[in-house]
Amino acid sequence: MSLYEVMFAIFSAVILVFSVLTITSRRILRAAVYLLFVLISTAGIYFWLQYEFLAGVQVALYAGGIVVLIIFSILLTHHIEHKFDKPGLWNVIAGFGIAALGSFIAISTIINHDFIPSNKEAIDSSVKNIGRQLVSTGHDGYVLPFEVISILLLAALIGAIVVARKETDKSETTSK
Amino acid sequence: MQEIPLYYFLTVSTLMFFIGVAGFIIRRNLITILMSIELILNSVNINFVAINRYLFPDQLQGHFFSLFIVAIAAAEASVAIALIINIYRKFNSIEVTEVNEMKY
Repeated sequence: MSLYEVMFAIFSAVILVFSVLTITSRRILRAAVYLLFVLISTAGIYFWLQYEFLAGVQVALYAGGIVVLIIFSILLTHHIEHKFDKPGLWNVIAGFGIAALGSFIAISTIINHDFIPSNKEAIDSSVKNIGRQLVSTGHDGYVLPFEVISILLLAALIGAIVVARKETDKSETTSK
Repeated sequence: MQEIPLYYFLTVSTLMFFIGVAGFIIRRNLITILMSIELILNSVNINFVAINRYLFPDQLQGHFFSLFIVAIAAAEASVAIALIINIYRKFNSIEVTEVNEMKY
């Protein structure tokens, strides 16, 4: 086994084991930390596939942004020693049954499908090239999804502020 | 790099996707349901990137779309957490079984 294969085996084993732990752990803070391990080893897989910029974005946004946001909301809404009750037996059977059935169907379809690997020269995936394609309007340009995403981010920003803000004016007028 | 077939990546991401689906069904807490959704989105990203690298290495489409999915996941998480904190203020709990009325 070459080093490449060993790296891939480690990353995928970490992803699978910690995904299962994320959904079965009874302490919510631990579940968030296991999710962090899953996201970081996904970044490892991106590094392995030689998309370094995407791996950096994965670490910065997912591991640095989303997991911190989730941990913050856990600390705001739960006691840190909080332990969940055990989920109902039928829930567990239904969840893992559907997961097993679905993954069996999907994986058997994938294995029977014939993928033809391409022998073409790999494109330069440096940050310079990525940035140029991201805002280009030409044949390989992605400026339309880029603009749509920026509007979505603005809408999410405003929506999060409006939803989470305390309604002070209303409560003051009603208390008087 | 080519000695590992594409099937391995697709199998790992499929298993991760369905682990996320199982978590969505099993969990009763809004934050852990959000974590299951993050698992699902992440597995889709692995699919995009692996297929881009193996089948279309002369383009960057999968790379860009997984970049956009990461941005959507960040937006979704921020709005979801704003909603969760608001629900916690009103109901003092974020278990889905106890949050069952929309009127307040």
